[in-house]
Amino acid sequence: MKYDLIVVGGGPAGLAAAKAAREAGLTRILILERDKELGGILNQCIHNGFGLHRFQEELTGPEYAGRYLAMLEGTGVETRLDTMVLEVTPDRRVCCINPRDGYREYEAASVVLAMGCRERTRGAIALPGSRCAGVFTAGAAQRFLNMEGYMVGRRVVILGSGDIGLIMARRMTLEGAQVLACVEVMPHPGGLTRNIVQCLEDFNIPLYLSHTITDIRGSGRVEQVTVAQVDENRTPVPGTERVFDCDTVLLSVGLIPENELTRQAGAQMDPRTGGAQVWENMETSIPGVFACGNVVHVHDLVDFVSAESERAGRAAAAFVQGSAGQAGPVLELQAGQGVRYTVPQKLRLSQVEKNAEVFFRVTRMFGPARVQVRSGEQVLARFARDRMAPGEMERIAVPRVLLDKADAEQALVVEVQEETP
Amino acid sequence: MRELTCIVCPKGCRLKVDEAHDWAVTGNSCPRGAEYGKAECVAPTRVVTSTVRIEGGTHRRIPVKTSGPIPKKDVFAAMALLDAVCLQAPVEAHVPVVRDILGTGVDFITTRAMKRED
Ligand SMILES: Cc1cc2nc3c(=O)[nH]c(=O)nc-3n(C[C@H](O)[C@H](O)[C@H](O)COP(=O)(O)OP(=O)(O)OC[C@H]3O[C@@H](n4cnc5c(N)ncnc54)[C@H](O)[C@@H]3O)c2cc1C
Ligand code: SF4
Repeated sequence: MKYDLIVVGGGPAGLAAAKAAREAGLTRILILERDKELGGILNQCIHNGFGLHRFQEELTGPEYAGRYLAMLEGTGVETRLDTMVLEVTPDRRVCCINPRDGYREYEAASVVLAMGCRERTRGAIALPGSRCAGVFTAGAAQRFLNMEGYMVGRRVVILGSGDIGLIMARRMTLEGAQVLACVEVMPHPGGLTRNIVQCLEDFNIPLYLSHTITDIRGSGRVEQVTVAQVDENRTPVPGTERVFDCDTVLLSVGLIPENELTRQAGAQMDPRTGGAQVWENMETSIPGVFACGNVVHVHDLVDFVSAESERAGRAAAAFVQGSAGQAGPVLELQAGQGVRYTVPQKLRLSQVEKNAEVFFRVTRMFGPARVQVRSGEQVLARFARDRMAPGEMERIAVPRVLLDKADAEQALVVEVQEETP
Repeated sequence: MRELTCIVCPKGCRLKVDEAHDWAVTGNSCPRGAEYGKAECVAPTRVVTSTVRIEGGTHRRIPVKTSGPIPKKDVFAAMALLDAVCLQAPVEAHVPVVRDILGTGVDFITTRAMKRED
């Protein structure tokens, strides 16, 4: 049987894409999910702070997922759980395996890739010290604690100040553990300011900026962790070491988009995002194969994941229905000064409706500044910002009427200009 | 003048609260910030999220939250109330599992449904 759309991954990205494609008129839609239920990472994110943009309400992760599950109910969208996708081919055959049906291959008129991220591990950051038990990624600890009912430790040091680490600092404290320190190698926190306040400051958990873990000791289980200050080259400064007696280290040191399938399918990748290069409608370099959510670039807010994924779902529907417009001039986006990457990486002008939405991250902290979009010497649009931080994804909507003035021979540069006080 | 960061939404505005003038708030980008700034100085509150034990469900824990904010000073005492709770699957979303937490009028409610898994 041939599906109109197969969605790989049933997290918020996959759910939103399926919903939008259904609303746009596709009927044979299948979601493949390797876990035993839909919802993705949201099932373990029991804290609130989701949905303020999308639903104008503060929801917990499970509640946010629940909203999308309710929207899909009765729509005829099929799901197969416990199903691992092994391969997606450029001609859109999807190979998967599960304990009931064994190995299966399905054909699809369009595919949405929504596999999310996985966490960077101890090996990935070459953390020194003994190979003892008690070192977890923060997200793994979150799943143990919130879903499977295991308390992962009593005296905890957290490395990295990304949102997951901060959320876990509070969560472990509420469950009776003592969080001794949150250690961040950069001079600024990785997570949202609100999480610094409500997860660390509320519980008097010290945050050591420009510090890192230089040693982990323990036979069997973690016993001691050495923390030292680092200089501007992130090299530990001798004489600044302090030792914490603890039994657990949680790592919140970044996420990596999970793109084995994408690469294998032959999609062009962007080394800066770790995800596929995408067009304005979230299509990858392979026609009819779309990608959205954390698998494209790491998001901090699920609301933006949903918005981007609904766009992907609608585009998949247009592709299948043959209503996708003809190619016209193409604009290539370039991350200029102060900008680390942009998503999308390319725009087909004819496909842009009123605005082209562009997501990006800045390379460092900025005070009052302007984000400008430039084609050659010509500045097309400017957006004022009071402050920007690398930990917070930025979004601009560039009006189509301005993009029409761009020179297709030149890259469209997105850059930051600091306001001179 | 007290300076604090608004935690109501991810924007995280820097607020200044003037204790001498009826906790007048500046630096907020929306009315919710003004409300938060005053409350944080007069009677700080938090929404608490956690989990409780569940038997016979897809997982061993089911997530819960307070149905509204409770006084910040009561957070740990409220958490302790959850230790005694054990639910039996199946359970619907938004059912109370502890009522009237410490006389606040606020309940702990489930934040998802959980099926029975045999
Ligand atoms: C711990 C944590 C805390 C967060 N806190 C907040 C917050 O407070 N507020 C907020 O707005 N956002 C928060 N976020 C961000 C937000 O939750 C994520 O951006 C969002 O969940 C990403 O959605 P996704 O669908 O792209 O990925 P995921 O939720 O990771 O879903 C991907 C799904 O794909 C499945 N999958 C992967 N590979 C395969 C395969 N080969 N075959 C079949 N299935 C596969 C996975 O099992 C998973 O279910 C948080 C994220 C994390 C990780
Ligand atoms: S003042 Fe308003 S916009 Fe600013 S952080 Fe608070 S709720 Fe958000």
